[in-house]
Amino acid sequence: MRRHTAVTALGAVGLVGATVIALTGCGSGFDEGDNTGTGGTGSPAALTSSDDALTVMIGSSGDAETKAVQDAVAAWSKSSGTKASVVAATDLNQQLSQGFAAGSPPDLFYLSTDQLAGYASNGSLQAYGDQLKNKDDFYPSLVKNFTYDGTFYCAPKDFSTLQLVINEGLWQKAGLSDSDIPTTWDQLAEVAKKLTSGKTKGLVFSGEYARLGVFMAQAGGRLVSEDGTKAEADSDANVQALSYVQQHMKDGTFAYASDVGAGWGGEAFGKQLGAMTIEGNWLTGAMGDYPDVKYKVVELPAGPAGKGTLQFTNCWGMAADSPNQQAALDLVQYLTTSDQQLAFSKAFGPMPSVQSAADTWKNDNPDLVPFLTGADYAQGVPTNKGAADVISDFNSQLESLKTGDPKKILASVQQNLEAIVK
Amino acid sequence: MTTTVAPAPPRGRSRTGSIHRGEGTAGWLFVLPIVVILGIFLFIPVLMALWVSFSDWTGRGSPLAGNVRFVGLDNYAKITTAGGLQTRDFGIALRNNAWYVVLVVPLQTALSLLLAVLVSRRMLRARGFFRTAFYFPSVTSSVAITVLWMFLFSFAGPVNQLLSWVGLHGPNWFQDPRGILNLALGGGSGPAWLADGQFLGVSWWDWLAGPSIAMFALILMAVFTTSGTFMLLFIAALQNVGYELTEAGMMDGASGWQRFWRITLPQLRPTLFTVITLGLIGCWQVFDQIYTGTQGGPGKTTVTPAYLSYTAAFTQQEWGQGAAIAFILFLIIIVFTIFQRWVLRERTVSRRRMRAYLPRTTPKKGRP
Repeated sequence: MRRHTAVTALGAVGLVGATVIALTGCGSGFDEGDNTGTGGTGSPAALTSSDDALTVMIGSSGDAETKAVQDAVAAWSKSSGTKASVVAATDLNQQLSQGFAAGSPPDLFYLSTDQLAGYASNGSLQAYGDQLKNKDDFYPSLVKNFTYDGTFYCAPKDFSTLQLVINEGLWQKAGLSDSDIPTTWDQLAEVAKKLTSGKTKGLVFSGEYARLGVFMAQAGGRLVSEDGTKAEADSDANVQALSYVQQHMKDGTFAYASDVGAGWGGEAFGKQLGAMTIEGNWLTGAMGDYPDVKYKVVELPAGPAGKGTLQFTNCWGMAADSPNQQAALDLVQYLTTSDQQLAFSKAFGPMPSVQSAADTWKNDNPDLVPFLTGADYAQGVPTNKGAADVISDFNSQLESLKTGDPKKILASVQQNLEAIVK
Repeated sequence: MTTTVAPAPPRGRSRTGSIHRGEGTAGWLFVLPIVVILGIFLFIPVLMALWVSFSDWTGRGSPLAGNVRFVGLDNYAKITTAGGLQTRDFGIALRNNAWYVVLVVPLQTALSLLLAVLVSRRMLRARGFFRTAFYFPSVTSSVAITVLWMFLFSFAGPVNQLLSWVGLHGPNWFQDPRGILNLALGGGSGPAWLADGQFLGVSWWDWLAGPSIAMFALILMAVFTTSGTFMLLFIAALQNVGYELTEAGMMDGASGWQRFWRITLPQLRPTLFTVITLGLIGCWQVFDQIYTGTQGGPGKTTVTPAYLSYTAAFTQQEWGQGAAIAFILFLIIIVFTIFQRWVLRERTVSRRRMRAYLPRTTPKKGRP
């Protein structure tokens, strides 16, 4: 129980490094890595090419996703003649780190927005975004999410946005109709009040930036300026957004999932502890556990500055140490085609990251259209190096928003962000 | 009592005679495999981690490659003196873990000793059953127990239902970041002299707020899981305590409590040392429960230095800081162990204490 200490964990990584030195005779593997541009400055280096087989590492949500990716990669492998295998990581961050330290990372891997800066700045990543043939087909906001220091690093593999989800049964029970669907903050507060009764709160969501951020976006605020160079956490818009949420948490119509005894918004919604929630399209999977709850997805109401939501995305990261980047690029190209992404969407639910797939997707998923509509005005989460730490600190302060001071919370976030934003 | 028995082993045995010549070489030959294994799997990694803590290694390629630079105490400064987010995170982690240690070590030591004494009683029937039952949590995987605990302490879980039977309204255990000392004292934000002053970016008030309710649930879990292990150590030690001494105590008219406190417990001192040392080390390194259970939440109140070290390295790519945290943790453990060794050292019996053993003329007072 106590053996898994950090010391041994670090030691293990060190050991991997040591073994590699011993085996490769110091340096052959590492030096070439330095040429591929530490810090991603300007033009990307030429891609390597060889006959080596590819390894694709994914952080899978379940069997459906693993199988879909395996099938797609196998199909590509057959047509291209390059061997490729898919590894579903149990802990993606850790397995990636070990791969990079050992100098033998997977060629392609899922990469989240908050990991991009860390790996890009230490030169682990190969930037290939500009070499993609379908580069202009990706949603521009997604491309921005994976741009670090002016370089478009990797192809967004899919994305999701947050919208408002309504429990239709409770909605009708409260005497509300389609014309009551809220389009402003005031209306949202009003319907939340009508939907609050007994154990059920009007609007329940997880108490974290990744949900409350939508209100900040609707008020016109963000944590870091769009180009990632300025911290803007303590803006009046953000204060206004948090104050709005706080006010309605105090009057008992909004609540955090943890306040009603649920783990996350989806659980609270499924158990009818909340009549509305703010979640992404992954909610549809979770709602399978609650077949009695009929629900409807609508766009979030507009705030003082108009519509706003958050988007989350992953990309296909490519390792700088990969010996066969040319083939890896070819595989990414294949995996991000409109057809392939629609197939993924059918298999495990994410939204395609290319605009050319939008119409088909909307036809296939008429109930989920608002999620894709959100792409037009969604903002990404900060991607600066160290931002994940700041956000987790922000989250820990948001947990006591009900009794806290929004201004003070945002001021500390501002201070933390200023330390990481250049 | 036991110290005078064994004579000190002779020193410098290899030089005592020609008949022993070559034994040294043979000895080294025999221990060579383990020396090599420990060297490769323990000493070299630890030394490399030490180097990483002084370097700007970013996690790519070997930490010994040419482009990794020595940055002195920069990594240590970031988490201790720089005053930024990293410093505060480290302060919070230390705070959380210190409370964990303060509560878990005495509780688990006392409970395991109690259990050991109970199941060692000669009159007890079904001793084997009780020993197995108490030991069982220790052999169960801590991940499994964590999952069980998350279920037991969930909002509508069995623990809260039990509490509701006695009219108590249980908290949402693993989601509640409030400190229990703070709650016991009525909450609030404390006087200015406590709220303003700070150490490692955490105000004195927060240092004193006690473990959060979530951490408290983990504390209960640690006591539950480890008491069985230490009970076993105490049982073994109790079997070495000669029954003659207890009998002699009875003849002298010592009560059960006195016999335990004055005769049994002093003989358990070496085991007590082992148990407390193991407890201290284990508590300062708590990781799996956090990793599989709370991930540091709610409100960072279950972040521990070991977990922070892991996240700094593996998710933030701040390998130097991660290693630095690990080495500060190492120092803390060493210091605590030395301190605890000093407290539990063999002492000559003080005159005040001696008086308790002498035939007395004055009426007996309570225990000294």
